[in-house]
Amino acid sequence: MCRVVDLRQAVLAKNDVAAQVLRAELTARGTTVVNLLSSPGSGKTALLERELLLARERGVAVAALTADLATENDAVRLARSGVPVKQVLTDGLCHLEAGMLGRHLDGWLPEDTRLLFVENVGNLVCPATYDLGESLRVVLASVTEGEDKPLKYPTAFGLAQLVVVTKTDIARAVEFDEDAFRAHVQQVNPGVEVVLTSARAGEGLGVLLDRALAAGAGAATHTPVMARQQQSHGHGHGHDHGHDHVHGPDHDHGPDHDHVHGPDHDHDHDHPHVQPAAQSR
Amino acid sequence: MHEMSIAMAVVGQVEEAARAGGARAVTSVRLRVGELAGVVPDALAFCFELACAGTVLDGASLVTESVTARARCGSCPGTWAVGMPPELCCPGCGRATDVELLSGRELEILSVRWEDGPAGARTREPIPEEA
Repeated sequence: MCRVVDLRQAVLAKNDVAAQVLRAELTARGTTVVNLLSSPGSGKTALLERELLLARERGVAVAALTADLATENDAVRLARSGVPVKQVLTDGLCHLEAGMLGRHLDGWLPEDTRLLFVENVGNLVCPATYDLGESLRVVLASVTEGEDKPLKYPTAFGLAQLVVVTKTDIARAVEFDEDAFRAHVQQVNPGVEVVLTSARAGEGLGVLLDRALAAGAGAATHTPVMARQQQSHGHGHGHDHGHDHVHGPDHDHGPDHDHVHGPDHDHDHDHPHVQPAAQSR
Repeated sequence: MHEMSIAMAVVGQVEEAARAGGARAVTSVRLRVGELAGVVPDALAFCFELACAGTVLDGASLVTESVTARARCGSCPGTWAVGMPPELCCPGCGRATDVELLSGRELEILSVRWEDGPAGARTREPIPEEA
């Protein structure tokens, strides 16, 4: 007997739940996670090296976890700052997931850590879809990458709570058009803060650290429009919506009653309420 | 290419539901994918076939419903299709302080079609209208 069963489950429900649990656990012990996303070669590691050093100078307990497909080069670089650093090799996987992150933190992350920077796999597509339990999501783009990067990767830039431009020391040489870049960021993520940095020349250093500390202290973070979808069937809201109502046999319509869900199951209609985005994603 | 991870998540969730519901074989899975979900339907279809192999979903078809991304401004009348790349500032007033995304981020398993009964208990061939 053939039948159609309503599932109505967010595909990433498991990751979302794992992320919420991790966020709650870490917040309870006073640790704030910052998720850093960018293309390969955008300068995440160079900027992070400087920010970790600054944190250490200021006496802020920080740690960093860096994910790559292969090699421990980034961890070696970050470890020079003297703070706890862990390299995660994804063996080819293009992104981190909340469960993976949680397992890597177990038994490694020092109890008193206030900030944990997670350097995601260099990739602007896949990591954008996965909440890691962070309290601040940062997307970085270097001046060499083209002003239209935010339009090419709208999910990554659209869900960012802070956008960091790197390598501004060579902006003139590569004719970086800051106004065009800012306009493109605004288009996909109106109101998000854009910070200009150069790890080499020292521009904008400490801003990332300040924003991370502010988020950890409970300051309101930017809620992107893309994270404001009101009805709960998309993934990416700060609450659990994995309601899996499998219809039992009493809902079975038999072999000759095939119910395909029509437009009445379409939830694109207007609801006047917005889900409060406790954690925007 | 995270479509393989997505496909495996879909298969895992459907397997669980099928086990709980006593399904013998899953014949199709209906997904809803928003324009802004960051998923490429063709890549997902390819990965889905691989992820189904050797499970109760072996050979199942994937039906993808795409959802247009639409937004609304609290200060202006009407809604707009945000397009790709998305335009999330209000085309009417140019502001975004009160903009709400109505749809486009969906990534959801809508429904599953399966055959009941323990494996090998097929009592008749399905009629074409069911397939």
